Amino acid sequence: MTETLFEKIWNSHVVVERENEPSLIYIDRHLIHEVTSPQAFDGLRVNNRKVRRPDLTVATIDHNVPTTDRSLPMIDETSSTQIKTLEKNCEDFGIKLFGINDPNQGIVHVIGPQLGITLPGSTIVCGDSHTSTQGAFGAFAFGIGTSEVEHTLATQTLWLEKPKTFEILATGKRKNSFAVTSKDIILSIIKQIGTDGGTGHVLEYRGDAISDLSMEQRMTICNMSIEAGSRAGLIAPDEKTFDYLNNRKYTPKNYDDLVDDWKNNLMTDANSKFDKTFTIDVEKIEPQVSWGTNPAMVSDVTSKVPTPEEFGNNNEIQIESAKKALSYMDLKPDTPIVDIPIDRVFIGSCTNARLEDLKDASEIVKGKTVNSAVSAMVVPGSQMVKLQAEELGLDRIFKDANFEWRESGCSMCLGMNPDILKPGERCASTSNRNFEGRQGSGGRTHLVSPVMAAASAIAGHFVDVREWC
Amino acid sequence: MKPFSKINSIITPLDKANVDTDQIIPKQFLKLITKSGFGKFLFYDWRFNHDGQEKDDFILNDSHYKTSQILVTNENFGCGSSREHAVWALKDFGFDVIISPSFADIFYSNCFKNGVLPIILDIENIKKLLQFKGAIELDLESQTIIFGDESINFKIDSHRKIRLLEGLDDIDLTLKEDAKIETFEKNSSRISIFE
Repeated sequence: MTETLFEKIWNSHVVVERENEPSLIYIDRHLIHEVTSPQAFDGLRVNNRKVRRPDLTVATIDHNVPTTDRSLPMIDETSSTQIKTLEKNCEDFGIKLFGINDPNQGIVHVIGPQLGITLPGSTIVCGDSHTSTQGAFGAFAFGIGTSEVEHTLATQTLWLEKPKTFEILATGKRKNSFAVTSKDIILSIIKQIGTDGGTGHVLEYRGDAISDLSMEQRMTICNMSIEAGSRAGLIAPDEKTFDYLNNRKYTPKNYDDLVDDWKNNLMTDANSKFDKTFTIDVEKIEPQVSWGTNPAMVSDVTSKVPTPEEFGNNNEIQIESAKKALSYMDLKPDTPIVDIPIDRVFIGSCTNARLEDLKDASEIVKGKTVNSAVSAMVVPGSQMVKLQAEELGLDRIFKDANFEWRESGCSMCLGMNPDILKPGERCASTSNRNFEGRQGSGGRTHLVSPVMAAASAIAGHFVDVREWC
Repeated sequence: MKPFSKINSIITPLDKANVDTDQIIPKQFLKLITKSGFGKFLFYDWRFNHDGQEKDDFILNDSHYKTSQILVTNENFGCGSSREHAVWALKDFGFDVIISPSFADIFYSNCFKNGVLPIILDIENIKKLLQFKGAIELDLESQTIIFGDESINFKIDSHRKIRLLEGLDDIDLTLKEDAKIETFEKNSSRISIFE
């Protein structure tokens, strides 16, 4: 019988299976952070329960850490309490924590792969919807709520209804593979399948245009699966995957044997059936810029802000949503995208703050200066990314151009720390969500790739970065 | 968890699609370390002006709906962030039932863990409910909603239904399968992170 990659991973993790009921699925890796875990640990305490497998669990602090000087005391008391609570919980329950001053601290989905904790063929959960990032390694990785965090801590399993499968086939070759990035590919996909196109499904990204991508680029794609409604997206592992995970801090000792096993097993069998399929030709993709308040409201950089009717395509609800979005974003239909001025630039987040992202952005920035009307910042995805970037001198390039160079964390992707937009400010952001108020109450977010964000910072408005390289 | 019982309540119509969890509970309120007290922050940016005054034109500020236990909304409700705080806020505010043509996966699952019933109905019935004034009767046991002269049935996974009706604790149930979890671990040893 032929099986898809997802079905193989699912089947090898079933602990209990009964007809017409959810299955009990074993969890190989559980990542924890400060925001969605305190109530879960409380639940364990109240019921006098232990953490079943501390050896499959790690924690870090990423959502509300300040990205400024960490030798200074934290000003925000509630954030500080949440961080101290995680520190105590990890100590009490014997969980390894990469704390605020640890060289391995960083955004949870950046450090998992970087430390070799993320493994192909495994099941990975975290109380954060962007856990899907780690599907880039051929893992079934998905976000969970706090009750499920508690359930995983106590039992190392979760009750799940088996999702359906959805093949995203990406063909062709990008024209200008520096300026048209994996961010543009995933935004194009979401634009076409919609923010709920993948609901109830696990996406598998396939095709030459996916194999062609580096691991970091693949992570950007899988990261935003949730923005298409999919709890998880994955990519079959290949030599790039195995090379990436080799010799990391927590790469398993018998790695070569594991790789042999993965090579033989972790792929979708020929002629497997997916419940749904969508094909995209990446040759036609150009740099993307979001104009609205959900990640499907996206346009080509060379086009204009659409009218609600153009966007809605006869769907009343969509037309109404677009009207509200344009009003919130203070944009008029038919405005050329490149005429939209910006106030802020944020290069960061679990979507686009890995070393390659920063390298590419620095290529654009080198020798130039941020427009005087714009304030721009770079927030590396982890302290390790920051250190590697500094070793390459990227921090100097950014600082010389008047970018702020920060410590790592989620930062202005969701604005739980002091990094937020003021009401009315317009930001070119490499993050993943352009929801109302996401980056600060009244703030206006435009999602773009790192090179687009960098070029826009220099120009003071959106530009077609293809003309810059 | 409290067993889920019959509900007789008016509907709060929130005719919006793609309501994300950032709207349901904005990030500045995620820093509490308890599960209670989130109701006052529900839909914060839609309910309040920057100066903290209630906005007159937002439905949740209309005192007519104060006792409503049922929120009816449009497609893809609860999309975005996995924050369970969204469900805690809805529940704490007084909503025990959310009715929508579709829900985001994580939000849907989070509802059941907190005794909130998410009901999926087709768009025609949603339209009718959004227009309906007056109290409706909702019975999970028989999976029916009665409003005016109409009665509609809704679908729900039987497993989840029982858990809601009996108010069962998920972890207690899973721990009954402990022997199977142990056998699974013995048969295929999991790779420890710190070997």
